[in-house]
Amino acid sequence: MKKTYKIDVDCANCANNMEEAAKKTEGVKDCTVSFMTLKMKVEFEDGADVDTVMKNVRDNCKKVEDDCEVFL
Amino acid sequence: MNKKQKSLLIRIIIATIFFVPLYLISEEIVKVDIPQVALIVLFLIPYLLVGYDILRKAFLGIKNGQVFDENFLMTVATIGAIVLGEYGEGVAVMLLYQVGELFQSYAVGKSRRNISELMDIRPDYANIEEDGSLKQVDPDEVEVGTIIVIQPGEKIPLDGIIVEGSSALNTSALTGESKPREVEPDDEVLSGSINMTGVLKVRTTTEFDESTASKILDLVENAASRKSKSENFISKFAKFYTPIVCYCALALAILPPIFCMVTGVGMAGYESNGALWGDWILRACTFLVISCPCAVVISIPLSFFAGLGGASNQGILIKGSNYLETLSEVKIIAFDKTGTITKGNFAVTDVHHSPIDAKKLQEYAALAECHSSHPISKSLQTAYGKRIDQNRVTDVEEISGHGVIAKVDGIPVAVGNEKLMTRIGVEYRPCHHVGTIIHVAVDGAYSGHIVISDELKENSREAMKQLKEAGVRKTVMLTGDAKSVAEKVASEVGLTDYRAELLPQDKVSCVEDLLKECTGNDRLAFVGDGINDAPVLSRADIGIAMGALGSDAAIEAADVVLMDDDPLKISKAIKISRKCLGIVKQNIIFAIGIKIACLILAAFGIANMWIAIIADVGVMILAVLNAIRCLFVKNL
Repeated sequence: MKKTYKIDVDCANCANNMEEAAKKTEGVKDCTVSFMTLKMKVEFEDGADVDTVMKNVRDNCKKVEDDCEVFL
Repeated sequence: MNKKQKSLLIRIIIATIFFVPLYLISEEIVKVDIPQVALIVLFLIPYLLVGYDILRKAFLGIKNGQVFDENFLMTVATIGAIVLGEYGEGVAVMLLYQVGELFQSYAVGKSRRNISELMDIRPDYANIEEDGSLKQVDPDEVEVGTIIVIQPGEKIPLDGIIVEGSSALNTSALTGESKPREVEPDDEVLSGSINMTGVLKVRTTTEFDESTASKILDLVENAASRKSKSENFISKFAKFYTPIVCYCALALAILPPIFCMVTGVGMAGYESNGALWGDWILRACTFLVISCPCAVVISIPLSFFAGLGGASNQGILIKGSNYLETLSEVKIIAFDKTGTITKGNFAVTDVHHSPIDAKKLQEYAALAECHSSHPISKSLQTAYGKRIDQNRVTDVEEISGHGVIAKVDGIPVAVGNEKLMTRIGVEYRPCHHVGTIIHVAVDGAYSGHIVISDELKENSREAMKQLKEAGVRKTVMLTGDAKSVAEKVASEVGLTDYRAELLPQDKVSCVEDLLKECTGNDRLAFVGDGINDAPVLSRADIGIAMGALGSDAAIEAADVVLMDDDPLKISKAIKISRKCLGIVKQNIIFAIGIKIACLILAAFGIANMWIAIIADVGVMILAVLNAIRCLFVKNL
């Protein structure tokens, strides 16, 4: 399953870091973050609970880039 | 400017007001008697004011194990400079770095807005007539089959068929074509176009999610997430680059002074060991300031995004930055003929050798082909001119690449090309006219042939010329048509090669053969109208579908979608991609080149902090401005 989320982040490199962090989150199969459109596209593993996974994704992103936001 | 940017701007202004007099005092340009300690404390005010968020981010980064980023670089460099007594330089670096950040954030926000304005086709509301008055509703809530009213000046919210009224539509946001399109009842209208003159009543045929406007927006928004090789290269580069520079800086701070102290070489220039260490540590700090990777990291995705946005404004939808990159390397292009090079509006021009009445022959042909939507079948049906009674037709068998065999009024009729005649064992008379020849056999006996001709598109010739100028070395036409037709079209248009009499599946193998001719970085594009050529579109390095407005299959299968069917758009798409990739390369070479040059200067102590920060911020500003040029593609 794929879902797209709006994000907020200040720099292109930070967006790359967010992408890395989201990819490493459990339950996430793949993820792309586009700095220019401020969108995060997440592909979930089968059977993953989207809400919990996304909360973890947001926490992990905040760890690498304190200033970012993922709008769930 | 948003809230964040405004507060940063205010901080920068206040810090500058504090900083300038302090700097003049510290450089003894203005003579004021002030103790050193007080000066340091005063300098800390603008420093902390303008840079506290950078310090905070650097600290959090270290805490979370993400040590090496540009915040860290700036923090270490500025603190280093201040500790070494270069207060003015330290604060200035932080100040100018923030100016750069502000500029970058403003420029990116601005181009984001510009690009979304270019693609401003999202309808905000739909009008529904209710009890004699109009009510505005969310287009999402309108069901298929509802009658909606579109006033002059409004955007058409959903695809549909006009039931009442006529008007002129501005479709430029969809197709890039500025000439208005006249519409009247029973015409199809597409969401995203703007109604210009009259009131229209439209019966919707799609839900909002399935409408043309939603699909295009979806496509454009997703495009940025398919990253190009250059973008991936830069994000990998940034990952390794920053730690490497940090270690280099560390080495620069420690190794040379130790070397000097041990060997005694170069000690003469310094008063003491302290001065020696101070000088090298300052050089290392300068080194860190220069090495900040922002310029490259921001300008590459910005260039691609602006390129994609500029292209979509011209009616060229490119599905991803990676395709933009591939498009710029296209050297061989294979074309479908019908609908791509020719207009595809076939017309029956002649009937030859018919032992029965020509009208009767056309009637048989039209009836036999009545289930097919192929342009040729359509033209047969049009030439027949009467309503087609499908009940008269039974046992229809379509043979791909050959034609149709069916029973009309119980009589077996075969309609198709020479191959079909051979296949059913009917002797046919070849035709010396150029065009598509449809042979007809009625009840097993040859009954003559119908000549159907197609017109070239006005711009096909010019398009081939421009493609050649753009560096495409081979243009090949693939067609199922007879050799004579293919040859004539190819020479009229100026194609370098053609392959005729192909069955649909042959086109794929033709493309595969052509792919073998691609050497090095050369790429092969296939241009088709999206009807029947989805496999070929996906087999080529890059599939270009033209005239695709409203054709879902084409939008699905192609990598580049040309909204109208003007062949000139092909060369335009290639030129846009070349320009964009050119700018990307300029920025990579320019930014990294200047950085490396300055890094070397800093290591030798020639470049000071001032040069360092100007090199960093200046390069970033120039790179961003250069990247924005990708947006201006109208006159390519």
